[in-house]
Amino acid sequence: MIQKFDTIEKEALEALEKEQNNDIPQIYVGCATCGNATGAQSVVQTIKNKLKKEDFKAEIKEVGCIGMCFAEVLVDVIKPGQPRVSYHGVTPEIAEEIVESYVINDDHRPDLALGYFGEGGPEDVERIDAGDVFKNQQRVILKNCGVIDPENINEYIARGGYRGLAEALEMKQEDIIGVLKDSGLRGRGGAGFPAGRKWESCLKPQADQKYVICNADEGDPGAFMDRSVLEGDPHSVIEGMIIAGYTIGSSKGYFYVRAEYPLAIKRLRRAIAQAKEKNLLGENILGTGFNFELEIFQGAGAFVCGESTALVMSIEGNRGWPKPLPRPRTTEEGLWGKPTLLNNVKTFSVVPQILSKGAEWFRGIGTEGSPGTAVFALTGKINRSGLIEVPMGIELDKIIHEIGGGILDDRKFKAVQTGGPSGGCLPEDKLHLSVDFDTLLEAGSMMGSGGMVVIDETTCMVDVARYFLDFTFEESCGQCVPCRQGTQQMLEVLNDICEGRGREGDIEHLLELGDAIIKGSICGLGQTAPNPVLSTIQYFQDEYEAHIKDHTCPALVCKNLIVYHIDEEKCTACGRCRKACPVEAISGEKKVPHKIDQELCTKCGICFQECPERFSAVERLTGKENLAAAARGRLTDV
Amino acid sequence: MYKVTINGLDVEVEQGATVFEAAEKAGIYIPTLCYHPDLPTFGGCRVCMVEADGKIVTACRAPVTDGMVVKTDTEEVRKVRLTNVELILASHHKDCQSCSRNNTCKLQEVSAFVGINQDRMRQIRRSVEPVKPDDSNPFFHRDFTRCILCGICIRTCQEINGVAAIDFAFRGFHTKVSVLGDKPLKDSQCESCGECLVRCPTGALYLAEPAVAEREVESVCTYCGVGCGIKLGVRGDRVIKVEGNRDNQVNRGDLCVKGRFGFGFINHPDRLTKPLIKKDGIFVKTSWDEALDFIVDKMSDIKARHGADSLGGISSARCTNEENYLFQKLFRAMGTNNVDHCARL
Ligand SMILES: Cc1cc2nc3c(=O)[nH]c(=O)nc-3n(C[C@H](O)[C@H](O)[C@H](O)COP(=O)(O)O)c2cc1C
Ligand code: SF4
Ligand code: SF4
Ligand code: SF4
Ligand code: SF4
Ligand code: SF4
Ligand code: SF4
Ligand code: FES
Repeated sequence: MIQKFDTIEKEALEALEKEQNNDIPQIYVGCATCGNATGAQSVVQTIKNKLKKEDFKAEIKEVGCIGMCFAEVLVDVIKPGQPRVSYHGVTPEIAEEIVESYVINDDHRPDLALGYFGEGGPEDVERIDAGDVFKNQQRVILKNCGVIDPENINEYIARGGYRGLAEALEMKQEDIIGVLKDSGLRGRGGAGFPAGRKWESCLKPQADQKYVICNADEGDPGAFMDRSVLEGDPHSVIEGMIIAGYTIGSSKGYFYVRAEYPLAIKRLRRAIAQAKEKNLLGENILGTGFNFELEIFQGAGAFVCGESTALVMSIEGNRGWPKPLPRPRTTEEGLWGKPTLLNNVKTFSVVPQILSKGAEWFRGIGTEGSPGTAVFALTGKINRSGLIEVPMGIELDKIIHEIGGGILDDRKFKAVQTGGPSGGCLPEDKLHLSVDFDTLLEAGSMMGSGGMVVIDETTCMVDVARYFLDFTFEESCGQCVPCRQGTQQMLEVLNDICEGRGREGDIEHLLELGDAIIKGSICGLGQTAPNPVLSTIQYFQDEYEAHIKDHTCPALVCKNLIVYHIDEEKCTACGRCRKACPVEAISGEKKVPHKIDQELCTKCGICFQECPERFSAVERLTGKENLAAAARGRLTDV
Repeated sequence: MYKVTINGLDVEVEQGATVFEAAEKAGIYIPTLCYHPDLPTFGGCRVCMVEADGKIVTACRAPVTDGMVVKTDTEEVRKVRLTNVELILASHHKDCQSCSRNNTCKLQEVSAFVGINQDRMRQIRRSVEPVKPDDSNPFFHRDFTRCILCGICIRTCQEINGVAAIDFAFRGFHTKVSVLGDKPLKDSQCESCGECLVRCPTGALYLAEPAVAEREVESVCTYCGVGCGIKLGVRGDRVIKVEGNRDNQVNRGDLCVKGRFGFGFINHPDRLTKPLIKKDGIFVKTSWDEALDFIVDKMSDIKARHGADSLGGISSARCTNEENYLFQKLFRAMGTNNVDHCARL
């Protein structure tokens, strides 16, 4: 059987060699959703046209996301015998220049390059993999993303792909579970449940049919880790699922992918077909007699359908409602009442590597309790946003200041939000904390499935809590009272606080609500929905109090609590604000300091941006007195 | 049998019983809203929370284990229940006085039990979405602002009537009980059996004509051979409503649309209370004796002149099996097999 795989591998390498002419330059374009959204497809087209026009031969390859979303469109060029040079922010015009200067000629254009990977690059550009972004990262789950052509199975095989499956098929089922248990792998879908134990409890029950489901619902706002893996390295997930099928004795697997991920679905379809063609999927896999089919089920995009029992209901054609306790375990009675193994995309995708490299290798990465790596979608008020993969146990600080390059515009850091709508916000003095399942949970946040939003001083914490509550409120399935009614109540209170209608006792009210929602809700959505509120109260109670008692928004964000005002002393009557104001709320003429009519002002903030920095005459004021003065039309009095 | 201790009281219950059933046996009240003894459990209202072996569980669903220790009145339980009910009230119609279920409402009962009070409610933001009631059905109407989404009507329609005309629609706070396409009830599969109406714990489903009886009279529905047991609600000498008799073994309280709502004929002025014989082209009231004699004469005459097979009888679905049996006997005795039934016509 291994020989059979050896042959497949050999054929793949040969085919690659034939397809790939390494004597000509290779051009990689980041064509995941992030790249495409910034115009990657027209860059690809431009490069093709340019090459044709110049009659120059080069390989052009559409690859997945390498994680530097801040720098898209990314174009990488590898010339024979040269390291990989990366170009960022590429437009069709720049693409033409790169082809002209570096692909065809020998000027690597340090003005356009982001840097290079590996050894021996030119001295005037940075070595990326040694720089802040990559030196703290460790690519395990994402190792192929942005590196291989996800639509070519041979490239996956050439990088060790499907060897894990071949090896697994030679192993006893219990032994595979043993390796998983030894590796300490915990599910990457959020809760961090030990994968080995889950697989084991699915192996035990006797049943005529069992199912394997890959949870690719990924509903957290701002999260795109799973999408990137599916778009950039679909075979790794497929391989993990086939291994799972073999291990638990299942012949049928489902991908539950949200329909908003068309590219991921397309790549998966293609990958499934290719794997079948090579007898790595389908009937009698590698001649072992083991059959495994994969089907893609497109979810309609409800966040709650990521919850395991709701997901199962949804595939069965029912309303996507989580099942209340007590209920049978999904591993014993899941899809169609059969034992079902449900794991996250990243959990499946790392399994093949664990099997081929060993449990020890995996344990060597990360911490004792949380081995391996964590993938985050790093976003917010940060210099370098993107998809990152770090060893568990890294300090939050390193992620934010080194990988993320610190806070945008040198502003002050305020908090970091992890775990999406189920997680919480951690303040500056928690930045030393280690990133792993248990530490984050203890601090009032959680790992979640991997969103990380950085918040700076210009962000209002009550407003942040409101943003997440608004999400859970909209996404609550409506089945149980605490979540359906409780998220609405919390949202109303937060709206009131942000809009100057906060009441004494509201903080206690929120705390009580939070407690009842956590204890009373049926599923994880409700049970975690109050976290963004509770953690912001825990660490930023003064901001809540300022809003409620003094109608002050310290971050000057909440519209109802701020007024725009022009400082007469500073105003030079340049008139820029007056011309810019969309509702003509600003009056004044040459040499007469300008004035804002508070009745007309919609607080859009345009005048504040328009007033030249050297004057800085437009100011934002907050607080009861200023609001009252503005209401009286006599703001200058204060 | 399992032994369970609830608030210090010991009680023995069958294996598989729920905590709620055990408490009921021990005579301990646990508030419930979405639970109904006729139906499978739902688990959505979360007001039946109790502490069982240190964990908070829903009493209506959690099965007892042997030796389980249940506490129904810990501070934690009280708080969670109270907040839950406050949250339900936050988006519930404010005016109980105008509600058909005032004083018989399950939500009122539970609110009083958990200790709803004005001081605490003042902190609550109330928002009732103004939705117009659905008054398309002639027998009962639906007021969404009084609905607590307990799903009892939905399960009733599914499990008791087997029609599944209604289900939850939309999501989260916007969830409502709806028919396919969110149309009025009259444009749905609904058979107007009213089984949902009688199980609704609140005034969300209410009779189009409010009816509270002075006295009750046990009877049997005359519409069909099933012969469901009913209770006629009477005011003065008028029948103003019909309820199913839960003690009747035939229907155990369930009724169909005719039995439940079709009682208008009883006091109707057009109703025939005497047989009529057409004399000189006009129907004239007469006695049963005269009417039967008249029929026998006519039938004997027809039989004598044209033979027995020129006679035929059509029986009614309103007769019992026994009556139908006697009816066909009668016609065979008269010498013909011409017997049919209205249900075939
Ligand atoms: C509201 C809610 C949404 C969830 N969404 C996802 C999701 O999008 N993707 C995911 O993998 N797990 C999600 N989960 C977690 C799953 O229920 C489940 O624990 C996970 O898929 C198991 O995989 P793992 O063991 O590999 O982590 C969600 C849970 C809840 C309560
Ligand atoms: S907690 Fe929220 S999402 Fe979960 S079952 Fe209850 S209402 Fe639905
Ligand atoms: S904030 Fe907007 S609306 Fe108000 S004065 Fe400035 S530009 Fe005009
Ligand atoms: S259903 Fe009617 S009686 Fe019951 S609480 Fe609501 S308004 Fe009051
Ligand atoms: S009246 Fe009967 S058929 Fe109609 S919705 Fe209610 S239970 Fe269903
Ligand atoms: S209409 Fe009545 S029975 Fe149906 S969900 Fe609403 S409150 Fe419950
Ligand atoms: S008509 Fe309906 S209620 Fe009356 S006996 Fe028949 S089934 Fe029962
Ligand atoms: S009665 Fe138990 S959850 Fe509603």
